[in-house]
Amino acid sequence: MTTTTQSPRVAVVVFPGTWSDADCHHVITNVFNAHADYVWHTESNLSDYDLAILPGGFAHGDHLRPGAIARFSPVMDGIRRMAEEGKTVIGICNGFQVLCEAQLLPGALLRNAHLQYRCQWTNLRVETTDSRFTSLSQQGDVLRVPISHGDGNYFADPDTVAQLERENRIIFRYSTPEGEITPEANPNGALANIAGIVNKNRNVLGMMPHPERCCEPELGGVDGRPIFASMLQHAGVAVPAHTS
Amino acid sequence: MTASDTTLAELSLSRDEYDEIVSRMGREPNEVELGMFGILWSEHCGYKHSRLLLRLFPNEAPWVLIGPGEENAGAVSIGDGLAVVMKVESHNHPSAIEPYQGAATGVGGIIRDIFSMGARPIALLNALFFGPLDERPRNRYLFEGVVAGIGGYGNCIGIPDVAGQVSFAPAYSGNPLVNAMCVGIAKENEIIRASTGGAGNVLLLVGADTGRDGIHGATFASVDLSEESAERRPAVQVGNPFLEKLVLEACLEIAQAGLLVGMQDLGAGGLTSSVIECAARANNGVDIDVARVPRREDGMSAYEVMLSESQERMLLVVPPENVSAAKAICDKWELDCDEIGVVTDGDNAIIRDNGEIVGDMPIAALTEPPAYVLSGIEDPQTAALRDRDLSDLPQPTDWNATLLQMLAAPSLASKRPVYQQYDHQVGNNTVLSPGQADAAVLRIKGTGKGIALTIDVNSRACYLDPYVGGALTVVEAARNLSCVGATPLAITDCLNFGNPEREPIAYQFEQAIRGMAEACRALNIPVISGNVSLYNESADGPIDPTPTVGMVGLLEDLEARCGAGFANEGDRIVLLGASTPELPAGALGASEYLSRVHGTVAGRPDLDIEAEARTQALVRDAIARGLLKSAHDVSEGGLAVAVAESCSIGGIGASLDLGLNENAHIDASLFGEAPARIVVSAPSGNLVALRGLCEQYGVAMYEIGAVGGDALRIGDLIDVPLGDVSGSWEGALLV
Repeated sequence: MTTTTQSPRVAVVVFPGTWSDADCHHVITNVFNAHADYVWHTESNLSDYDLAILPGGFAHGDHLRPGAIARFSPVMDGIRRMAEEGKTVIGICNGFQVLCEAQLLPGALLRNAHLQYRCQWTNLRVETTDSRFTSLSQQGDVLRVPISHGDGNYFADPDTVAQLERENRIIFRYSTPEGEITPEANPNGALANIAGIVNKNRNVLGMMPHPERCCEPELGGVDGRPIFASMLQHAGVAVPAHTS
Repeated sequence: MTASDTTLAELSLSRDEYDEIVSRMGREPNEVELGMFGILWSEHCGYKHSRLLLRLFPNEAPWVLIGPGEENAGAVSIGDGLAVVMKVESHNHPSAIEPYQGAATGVGGIIRDIFSMGARPIALLNALFFGPLDERPRNRYLFEGVVAGIGGYGNCIGIPDVAGQVSFAPAYSGNPLVNAMCVGIAKENEIIRASTGGAGNVLLLVGADTGRDGIHGATFASVDLSEESAERRPAVQVGNPFLEKLVLEACLEIAQAGLLVGMQDLGAGGLTSSVIECAARANNGVDIDVARVPRREDGMSAYEVMLSESQERMLLVVPPENVSAAKAICDKWELDCDEIGVVTDGDNAIIRDNGEIVGDMPIAALTEPPAYVLSGIEDPQTAALRDRDLSDLPQPTDWNATLLQMLAAPSLASKRPVYQQYDHQVGNNTVLSPGQADAAVLRIKGTGKGIALTIDVNSRACYLDPYVGGALTVVEAARNLSCVGATPLAITDCLNFGNPEREPIAYQFEQAIRGMAEACRALNIPVISGNVSLYNESADGPIDPTPTVGMVGLLEDLEARCGAGFANEGDRIVLLGASTPELPAGALGASEYLSRVHGTVAGRPDLDIEAEARTQALVRDAIARGLLKSAHDVSEGGLAVAVAESCSIGGIGASLDLGLNENAHIDASLFGEAPARIVVSAPSGNLVALRGLCEQYGVAMYEIGAVGGDALRIGDLIDVPLGDVSGSWEGALLV
């Protein structure tokens, strides 16, 4: 793992069983020309990093339940510290599940309501631009982003959901291509069509869909770019004009 | 001690074979030795009935790096110093007994074949065959279990499942087929061999502990299924994709570090075939001690350790000075890594149990099982079916209803309910996904190139005429690749047949191979790896002959690719190929239409290899020149179904005028499966250039309609709203 002096720096966390690490690394380095390191789960010191990505996969085999073992990996101490210091943390798919298990985000991801794994394109309505993950979007924008999970059915108790609503912390909801929030647009039964939320300090995002899979036109779309561009820009990266 | 008939039956060895073993050993083998012979002389490992016929396949081309039998998988060059490594394998009998684990471990096994060569797996494919879903409840149980097992393994390990075939026919009710294929990428000069290298090298066993699961799996795969098969459930292994992910990453890291002499997975035949095959390739001996193999359970005998097919295990061959470095990498990935033996300069495999010799056999005796010449005679009933006159079939009265009935045929219907359960995108390489085109297209990062992948077989045609069906299977796979703009490079095959010791099956087997070989030669596509699965029979009889073909093709320019869906209002629809839109009644031979509408499997499948070669080359050229907006091959279901699929995929209607004569066989023209036909769409401004190309390639071109509207119209025969077309096609396999 070579490092350069280039700042800021992105940590791509790798647990045993993580598989979107290479895809996230590819997007940061090859689409956004920023610097990223793979960080093995036994590393607890992330003080060199400004932004951390918890990628998709089956950390520790999702044994017990998704994220339940990963939250005990030493790297989560570093992630917790980054979150407390106001640095940027994004958990994608399995990463979202890990953040919930680590209680850095409220709620839980249950088994998909139809009990099947689902890999498909979904539409995400941007609920707020008041976050470092959506600052380059417009409220109401609909982003086309794929999902790939068996446990993406977001659940929280009514008080928590009310609080998320009140504090404007629901960042993405599954919608129709026109931006309507309907049961048909919901691919997994998630409560209130919730696809992504932030913590109280708005620096930790968890989302089930995979924005790293749609940053290049040949992969079917580029709607993942504004999410990466927003957070990289917040972290101080000069984001190439064509990518935002 | 002479082995009893019962013992030999358990090992699927004949008395003659036993006598041959005794003669080669110069004595009676003991239990461990006989068990090892049984494994290596099974059809699954030893290709007793197929070896001679497999020689008929062409294996050579300038781009072939590794051909069949040399290594765990075949490899071709795609330029830029990169190799594509691929193989397909069956896991039929385990899936018939325990569909989830049978299919899952089939996927796990084929993945190990790819990364054992130092290649990173980038794609999975599979071909699945079941009995009709409405025939008996168990068929749906098997279908859903197999799909869940494939998804469960592939999704967890993080390799995209990019293409496949799912077919339903009565012949698979008692014996479903699960053929799993994996494709990997390696640097040409970094491919790892399955070889022990030389004396003194150390044998390391990496990964899972060894248990009693899967004992006799390879021999189980080489006998007919019966009522008692359910009792062989212990012969089905249990998969752990998370563990395999760790083994995969550790092995590739060890390979990258340059620590390896050789690597071989433990699949069918477990430690026995892994160690023996590696040693045989290098003309080495081996000396291993089963006491050093970590166990999952107490009290396992040497016999059980040598024959266990526990999953997620790899054999690494390293020089003594690299052992500690290899172990350190395994430690990082939290994997066991044990020295189980050494390579010797002898001729024998010596098996010890805590130092005491429990087996000592010449390796050459183990790895050269007898090869049988098959003698086949066609079943006269099949010949009669093939010769049936199809000209006086009753015609449907409502062609709209017939089209929708065809689109809802489970074998033709959209497989979205299946592939949406598989991650088909992980790896960020999938450019054309399942359901978008005739083949999957993956980009090769950093090269501007792409590869196209398909897996295909026309088993109904193979049943009615195995020679023609075998050839058709090859040309249809090539047609699929051509329709995305890729030039076919190589084949991996999975030959699923019944019991070859019966004459009608032997006939099917030989004829199918001969037909495939002819098509391979004509299209210059070598066979680089494969697998044979015989004895696919149950109380219901044999399966249809099913020689599955997996094929890889190259797109020199990824940007010049083509999907199967109609794109733009006003584009012209053109039929390219060997025959007019109007077809004679005979074109219904071996068709899905006959099966679906008339409940009949009959007639003569048709083949025109010359026309195929020209039509496919034309379409590739037209795509490379950017002339086409869509290309879709006309195969099962005929022209009407192909056009309806292009409408459904593109989400846009079409109007066709086939110019049929008054006395035309409408059924044959709409649903006949004449070969060498591709339906394309193009802006009208490109038609002159397309016509010029057609003349150059000697291919006929028929303008048959235009893209547009929200219905599919074919003359005054068919007028169906697009929503109904998509509804029938997309909805048929939904639970």
